[in-house]
Amino acid sequence: MSHEQKNRFVYADNAATTSVHPVVLAKMMPLFGEVLGNPSSLHAKGREAKKYIDDARSKIAGILGCEAKEIYFTGCGSESDNWAIKGAVKAYLDRHDKDTCHVITTKIEHHAVLHTCKALEKQGIKVTYLPVDENAMVNPDDVVKAIQEDTALVAIMYANNEVGTVEPIKEITKRVKEVNEKILVFTDAVQAVGHLPINVKDLGVDMLAFSGHKFRAPKGVGGLYVKSGVVVKTLIEGGGQEKGKRGGTENMPGIVGMAEALAIANEEMQDDNARLAMLRDDLIRRLLEIPHSRLTGHPTKRLPGTASFTFEYIEGESLLLMLDMMGICASTGSACSSKSLEPSHVLLAMGLPHEIAHGSLRLTLSHETTQADVDYIVESVKKVIERLREISPLGRQ
Amino acid sequence: MYSEKVMDHFTNPRNVGEIPDADAVGEVGNAKCGDIMKIYMKIEDGIIVDTKFQTFGCASAIATSSMATELIKGKSVEEALELSNKAVVEALDGLPPAKVHCSVLAEEAVKAAIVDYYKKIGKDTTELEKQCNGCCASCSAHEHEHATHEE
Ligand SMILES: Cc1ncc(COP(=O)(O)O)c(C=O)c1O
Repeated sequence: MSHEQKNRFVYADNAATTSVHPVVLAKMMPLFGEVLGNPSSLHAKGREAKKYIDDARSKIAGILGCEAKEIYFTGCGSESDNWAIKGAVKAYLDRHDKDTCHVITTKIEHHAVLHTCKALEKQGIKVTYLPVDENAMVNPDDVVKAIQEDTALVAIMYANNEVGTVEPIKEITKRVKEVNEKILVFTDAVQAVGHLPINVKDLGVDMLAFSGHKFRAPKGVGGLYVKSGVVVKTLIEGGGQEKGKRGGTENMPGIVGMAEALAIANEEMQDDNARLAMLRDDLIRRLLEIPHSRLTGHPTKRLPGTASFTFEYIEGESLLLMLDMMGICASTGSACSSKSLEPSHVLLAMGLPHEIAHGSLRLTLSHETTQADVDYIVESVKKVIERLREISPLGRQ
Repeated sequence: MYSEKVMDHFTNPRNVGEIPDADAVGEVGNAKCGDIMKIYMKIEDGIIVDTKFQTFGCASAIATSSMATELIKGKSVEEALELSNKAVVEALDGLPPAKVHCSVLAEEAVKAAIVDYYKKIGKDTTELEKQCNGCCASCSAHEHEHATHEE
């Protein structure tokens, strides 16, 4: 490894988390000091803090195309997912005085959704996990066909975190509502908010989850859009915060940071995305020159910063660690890296055999990524794969 | 997560490659599980004079393969049979608990190669094969060793 390479650092794991925008950080700093109040307090400092939250709520609502009262703040994307699903199911059961109902989701959801659905199944809720095609695309026809008499909720992600495929949420919502307008549609838009233009009214969904740290706000703050009139049962009971829907003293600095980050992302989205897509496509084109490689996810309907691949005859964790030593931060869905026995459930749902799914690599770019970074990634990945294939007993025949 | 020794043997694995006229070859694991280890030995007068490996797998699979070959090189076949996965792990200054199964693969690869050798020289291998049929490290053998983890 040359000296120059050792010093180079490329963070290409922005789907895992992003850096906090300096403007966001600057905006937040005083909120840890002077603006110390608890938003629930009646005194001046409390009212001041409350005002910050109200303003943040309005700002986010404006960008997502809804009313401020339809935005609820949570502790993270996972909480939003849990709340939307468990809360909607509970509300349905209460309303119908039943002890079971039906939920439709997909095989490629984030674990915050999948494990929530698995937990509901243990309580007797029926869940359909829809298949996807080889590009991880959900077919709206499949959603409609899965609808049952007592389907309470459809929960489908907006964009997949592992392979970047963007799902046809608007069409799915329209089709579901045509069959039964009472069925609630929830979308986990954690990978999409701040990266793609999203208007909840245009989409027609009833609930939408987002998480600050995926778009340059700090970790540990998220939100849930709940269309007015839609009832979701409270998950976290407490002191009446968020109109009694979500207890817990608000993460006021985080909330303000999230609103600011979303405003900046929204402002810069068009320029950023065009540049990102160019870099992404260059990365994809050049890494596909490697023999026995393939792109995972939809070739065009994908997140602007996400490039994801499989490379045969090598294992993802080895690839990841070798890249790490060359200063490149990436991600893999291999079994060994996930600490679970199975390789990525998303890649398996796309029909990839285990042996190929073990060799997956995800590179997610950001505003900071340069052409020189892409060149360095390409050169490094090629080198590492060649090296690992030399060690591997496979792929020689 | 990994010790320096593991990272050293992962990034600079010793004894990588094939031995075309090997006296013993053992292969264990399978691609579906995400790890395969193939080991070659050159044996003279009951001594392993050379050994090489090829591994498809994670960092710990590669590092344990490398260390296992180092530990058996120059040893007698009988001594190599005594190689335990524990010894490999200790020589690497430990492995994370979830990765210990990778060291089992190395031990089994060595045993599988020796079974191959014994068969060639007409030695009875039934006892040995009872211990290991060359694919003990199948996915099911690892089951429940890992905790699930999410991003
Ligand atoms: C699609 C998706 N949903 C939910 C989450 C969970 O978000 P958080 O990390 O804020 O809990 C993530 C983040 O990994 C994600 O990518």
